[in-house]
Amino acid sequence: MSVATKQAQVPRRSRQELVRVTDLVKHFPITLGIVFRRQVGAVQAVDGISFSIRKGETLGLVGESGSGKSTTARLLLRLLDPTSGRVELEGEDITAASGSRLRKVRQEMQMIFQDPYASLDPRMTVRDIVGEPLVVWNRWKNGGAARVAELLERVGLHPDHANRFPHEFSGGQRQRIGIARALALQPKLILCDEPVSALDVSVRAQILNLLAGLQRDFDLTYLFISHDLSVVRQVADRVAVMYLGKLVEVADRDELYRRPVHPYTQALVSAVPIPDPIKERKRQHIVLHGDIPSPANPPSGCRFRTRCFKAQQICAEQEPELVDRGHGHPSACHFAEPMEVIP
Amino acid sequence: MSAAALPRQPEAPEPASDALLQVEDLKTVFHTEVGIVHAVDGVSFEVNSREVLAIVGESGCGKTVTALSIMGLLPRPAGQIVGGSIRYRGRDMVRMHPEERRAMRGDRIAMIFQDPLTALNPVHRVGAQIAELMLAHRDISRRDAWARAVELLKLVGIPSAGERARDYPHQFSGGMRQRVMIAMAIALDPDLLIADEPTTALDVTVQAQILRVLLDVRERFGMAIVLITHDLGVVAGVADRVVVMYAGKKIEEADVHTLYGNPKHPYTWGLLGSTTRVDRPRLEQLVQIPGAPPSLLNPPPACRFAPRCSYTQSLCRSEYPELRQANAAEHLVGCHFANLEGWGPGLSASELASRLEGAVP
Repeated sequence: MSVATKQAQVPRRSRQELVRVTDLVKHFPITLGIVFRRQVGAVQAVDGISFSIRKGETLGLVGESGSGKSTTARLLLRLLDPTSGRVELEGEDITAASGSRLRKVRQEMQMIFQDPYASLDPRMTVRDIVGEPLVVWNRWKNGGAARVAELLERVGLHPDHANRFPHEFSGGQRQRIGIARALALQPKLILCDEPVSALDVSVRAQILNLLAGLQRDFDLTYLFISHDLSVVRQVADRVAVMYLGKLVEVADRDELYRRPVHPYTQALVSAVPIPDPIKERKRQHIVLHGDIPSPANPPSGCRFRTRCFKAQQICAEQEPELVDRGHGHPSACHFAEPMEVIP
Repeated sequence: MSAAALPRQPEAPEPASDALLQVEDLKTVFHTEVGIVHAVDGVSFEVNSREVLAIVGESGCGKTVTALSIMGLLPRPAGQIVGGSIRYRGRDMVRMHPEERRAMRGDRIAMIFQDPLTALNPVHRVGAQIAELMLAHRDISRRDAWARAVELLKLVGIPSAGERARDYPHQFSGGMRQRVMIAMAIALDPDLLIADEPTTALDVTVQAQILRVLLDVRERFGMAIVLITHDLGVVAGVADRVVVMYAGKKIEEADVHTLYGNPKHPYTWGLLGSTTRVDRPRLEQLVQIPGAPPSLLNPPPACRFAPRCSYTQSLCRSEYPELRQANAAEHLVGCHFANLEGWGPGLSASELASRLEGAVP
């Protein structure tokens, strides 16, 4: 158990933007009928979100299941076509990219998935899995096997593991294989979709440390999606909080945890259990009632109002914009006010 | 709420012991194609009335198998209890007649599972599933059972319970389904509720709701809860006592404040250190426990944690560390060095080595 208990340092980060997302919208149509399909509604999975990710930083994207986090990642990768809005990678609009240009763009962006059991083909060897991106890009002949060995070693596996199949590995090791695959093409951006949610605590720490090390070594930029706010605090430089297809608060990590201003963020942070019986039993919990509403029929005005402890008449009538309300970072609440929720 | 008023079958006179459940030297194995897996290997603990006992450990440590052994729900024929006893109010359930055991299951001891969607029957209305339990165990009319089911759903916080009782499990969200499971579990006012990772699949906000419901029903019905989880944050908030398991063994047991305040097993230190937390300054690097738990086909002969422990000495590889008391009487630790002065996460491995050399020239 090697402990490197260095205090957090402010990571050096350049101001340059790698990704810029503007007014991104994704509505999935709900249709009726077979021959004469007509649209009767839409699931508003992502409904007008804007954010940017700077080079070398980690942006955490948090929210409950059903808030649109994974859809956002899929839109960035262009695995889904946005209904409207714009995605730029290094200043280049990739929203309409197609064919060879899209393929080229996708090299720069890779994904690490939540489920290390479902995201690896059981019939492929580790060599084939990690090397597949190289084969696809005709780089295999150029020392592909050596590259796979190097990648495996970098993620903490043995190069000899290349001949084995995924079922021979534990969950943590499988996740390492998935990470090696994501690194194969030396991407600029890695989208991590709940990469440690399926792992045990001790293994989770291994993977989080590995991701942090890789970021330092290869100057990677991460979009880190998670519903676990304690994990996000460990990895992210900035955090965006999402609720029902909208961003409700975006702030630097320490600011967000110390002085969250949106009631939803406050509730989320307050719901994170603290592994300390004295603190945990003394603290005030904000318990939200009910579940996240259906994105097919979101509440009018502020989408959070149905579960909010601050909701007033105006919240049903007027949708709060995501703007800086005098707290140094943007929030989308008519009654935004800092509150300390961590003892 | 007329929960306690439900007629209950006459009970055997209670023996003089305040422990509700006593698990002693439980050994559960699984017969597999590749050999015998010693999933639970000599685990003992007690559950007292009305307390919340947490069993903590990572996947594969035997916590769920322990729960299934208590419930008598081991998959057959692979799973088998080969040693030890599980006494409920002094009566050994392992040697009980299966019919008698069956009568207790769900009635005196109930269980809720991690994944409520697979635990509920998809083709029956949830109200009917709760009512069925009461019809099977109690002399009660259908109408009364249904009314009681609705009442229970209301109690666990399901809005418009009367209508929702007519819905099927797929019509509920994850959190609501878990509430249905809790309603079902408490239907017969059991003495013991075993909750196996009840909030693992849920969002934090919903997790907080479900934990509250669990504590609420305990308060109301006065049952004991065995909470099985890997999440030390959840344990800190709800448990009275904690048992830490590793590779089929109990390696530490203490009341919740001692376990968090003064843990004595290096594995517990590792678990606490690798937990991400929001209440402390962020660490650049998390503590990590290297490697993975051992295979339970051929577990290490001596200390099972030795291959991953940074304090390992030759003693750890040659001799099994029996549980011993550390400072407080109720604090049990399965580590050779538990009583060493200054033994704590701050002690470095080299310091331990040099101290041991000093002691044994």
